[in-house]
Amino acid sequence: MSQPTTQPILSMHGIEKRFGATQALKGISLTANAGETMALIGENGAGKSTLMKILSGAHSPDAGTMMLDGQVYRPRGPHEARKVGIAMIYQELSLAPDLSVEENIMLGQERSHFGFIQKSQHQLRVRHVLSLLGHADLNPERKVGSLSIGTQQIVEIARGLASDAKVMVFDEPTSSLAAHDVQELFRLIRRLQTQGLAIVYISHFLEEIREIAHRYVVLRDGKSAGDGLLQDISNRQIVSMMVGRNVDELFPKVPHSMGETVLDVSGLSGVPMPRSVSLKLRSGEVMGLFGLIGAGRTETLRHLMGLDGPSSGSVLIRGRQGRATPQARIRDGLGMVSEDRKGEGLSQSMSIVDNLTLSDLKPYSKLGLLNLTKRRKEADRWMKTLSIKARSPLQSVSQLSGGNQQKVAIARVLHQDATILLLDEPTRGIDVGTKAEIYQWVGELAAKGKSILFVSSYLPELMAVCDTIGVMAKGRLREVRPTHDWTQSELLSVAVSTD
Amino acid sequence: MTNTTEPDLTTPTTVNVSRFVRLLRSLGPLLALAIVVLGFAIADKIVGQGRFSEMRNVRVVLVLTAPVAVAALGMTLVIIAGGIDLSAGTAAMLCTTVLACSLNQGHSVTLAVLLTLGVGATCGLTNGLLIGMLRIPPFIVTLGTMTIFLGIAKRLAQGSTVFVERDRIPDWLSKLSSTMPPDWIGIYPNIANGVWLAILVAGLVAILLNQSVVGRQLFAIGSSESTARLCGVNILATKVLVYSIAGVLVGVAGIYTFSLVKMANPVEGIGRELKFIAAVVIGGGSLSGGHGSVLGTLAGATIMGVIASGCDQLGIQNSTQDIMIGAIIIAAVTLDQYRRRRREAA
Repeated sequence: MSQPTTQPILSMHGIEKRFGATQALKGISLTANAGETMALIGENGAGKSTLMKILSGAHSPDAGTMMLDGQVYRPRGPHEARKVGIAMIYQELSLAPDLSVEENIMLGQERSHFGFIQKSQHQLRVRHVLSLLGHADLNPERKVGSLSIGTQQIVEIARGLASDAKVMVFDEPTSSLAAHDVQELFRLIRRLQTQGLAIVYISHFLEEIREIAHRYVVLRDGKSAGDGLLQDISNRQIVSMMVGRNVDELFPKVPHSMGETVLDVSGLSGVPMPRSVSLKLRSGEVMGLFGLIGAGRTETLRHLMGLDGPSSGSVLIRGRQGRATPQARIRDGLGMVSEDRKGEGLSQSMSIVDNLTLSDLKPYSKLGLLNLTKRRKEADRWMKTLSIKARSPLQSVSQLSGGNQQKVAIARVLHQDATILLLDEPTRGIDVGTKAEIYQWVGELAAKGKSILFVSSYLPELMAVCDTIGVMAKGRLREVRPTHDWTQSELLSVAVSTD
Repeated sequence: MTNTTEPDLTTPTTVNVSRFVRLLRSLGPLLALAIVVLGFAIADKIVGQGRFSEMRNVRVVLVLTAPVAVAALGMTLVIIAGGIDLSAGTAAMLCTTVLACSLNQGHSVTLAVLLTLGVGATCGLTNGLLIGMLRIPPFIVTLGTMTIFLGIAKRLAQGSTVFVERDRIPDWLSKLSSTMPPDWIGIYPNIANGVWLAILVAGLVAILLNQSVVGRQLFAIGSSESTARLCGVNILATKVLVYSIAGVLVGVAGIYTFSLVKMANPVEGIGRELKFIAAVVIGGGSLSGGHGSVLGTLAGATIMGVIASGCDQLGIQNSTQDIMIGAIIIAAVTLDQYRRRRREAA
């Protein structure tokens, strides 16, 4: 690790931001020093993106000051922020695939004379920044779309350098990278440090953060929950700061034991994913599925549920091979909570009672006609059981908070009395209180002998909730082990492994 | 975004308020109808001859509205399920043609009517199967079948209008859309049998929409097809069913049309589907699916009928009627969008 010089390039002080009734940021302060990497840590919805949008000029703060390189920094928009030296490297790369490397790097900062691009100046500049990054061999004429994701990221970083960035923000940059690309990225970041840039690094992989960053700031609910040097703090302490309570309170333990195999999958394959996935899920078992974005976890669940197809391989549910359609799967006891709550998980314009009962209307129907009163009462009961906050079961789902929406999605799977639950990122984008409730229910369901396949990218919850964890990479299920046989870094290294 | 202080939403007063608001919302199109009726009635009293409000005129308006309303009810189902049926106009006229031809052939009335409804159902079934199985957008499929149905009807009619001799038309069929009061009702509202039948059909469709399993599945498919799939709704079967029901209703509309004009000219069907769609949209239906109601559609169809009649009574040109109806369509949708956005912002 290069020795940091302690000279603040960027300081943000007392930043406040309000959206309507929601106070998104409440007096956040952070500094970034030249030659140093600052880790910005926090759960989804903690305020990281809002803070970075203020830094990049996409939002203006309601209160607070920002200083860049000793001057007051008050960008009027993203373009100005970029001009004075803020570069953002997003999770989803923002390159134009049909333009060349050179055109992408110079995009928005073209040197021109009377509207004509000065090609020779461009070439010089591009060659210069690529060699600064140690990639002088990259052909500037190649179309960006033909490059690997890792190389595309290099182009994105080069674009930041070409605009004379003083501060470079990396927003979850490794979530779609393979292992060697991650190492290459870290090499680049260290190079940037030696050039005197200040780096802000956003990630929730704590191992990664320890490898690359010096200092940290933890955000929670729009407030600063702690900051300091990484060497002075344990991972457990960081997680406590992120969730705002003791780790044991967040992850309540419900004792449960496992029985016989109820779901036996072998060689499940689809186009392009999953690739020959085999697993056995027992009754009373909570199995986690970990992996990077695009590792094929969601695809595996969708093929199991009969939502995507055609698939090959065999899926035995309690020893029976059923038809791979959602109707048949629901009859066989499967239930799925989608990761895409707004698009697929819930029908936003329909009411709570409609959403809750849609997958199983049988108990209320006689000759195809529904007993609406009975159905409403049942929905009322589920809303009480899961403490769903709403005016009435007839309220439309779109008016509920994220956490309450997720509860409705879970209530549906419970209402249809599924015995094998496929939960795809069930805690994404919801508040900590609801998360703790969901962990509790998962434990209780397992104690009742139900089986749960729990997909998540958030290691602390997987480690706390699951009996076994499987890791997927590139469409394959690489390895399944009991949770206590895994460490976070082992999980990560399997997740980023290549073929 | 995580710890917004949530207001207490469980107090009973808010429940009552929301119920009241919901009631008002469902009555919106009826309110618009009342305003249009009142407006014409007053205008007619002042500058017209006062015939607009006479019972005779009410009967005429309703009889002319019934075919549009019945077909529009089918269209309501299709639109709620996120689809559209551009072939409804020519399919309705194909049904009229089938009825006229089979009466001319000397078939029994029962057979002729069954044949007509069967052809309507087949048209719908074809649409549903093509949409569900080929996975082509309904707009394109029905754009194609619209022309196909027109072609079939033209062939049946041998390229001209099919006239049917009076003595071949059974009495009840003529009286279906009679503007004279039916003899079995002495008191008000003594409206034609066909209008009563249309009200009955509307009641059945309302039950289907609001109280049945299929109804819930329809709304689910229209609001979010992927959610419906996730919940195990059989998308193909439901779509085929919906288009088929809509087809039967188109067949009924075709029978109404025949009872009105006692002949069949296939070309008359061109563009008629737009009236059906307009009725649904004025009634609060959304072309992106998931919204629509029986009451709204009935009001929408009647508003168009009232405007036509009112303008006739006041001697307003036909061209002005067209402009008015067009403006009302745009106003209705604008109002609806505005309400919906406000509801989502709340």
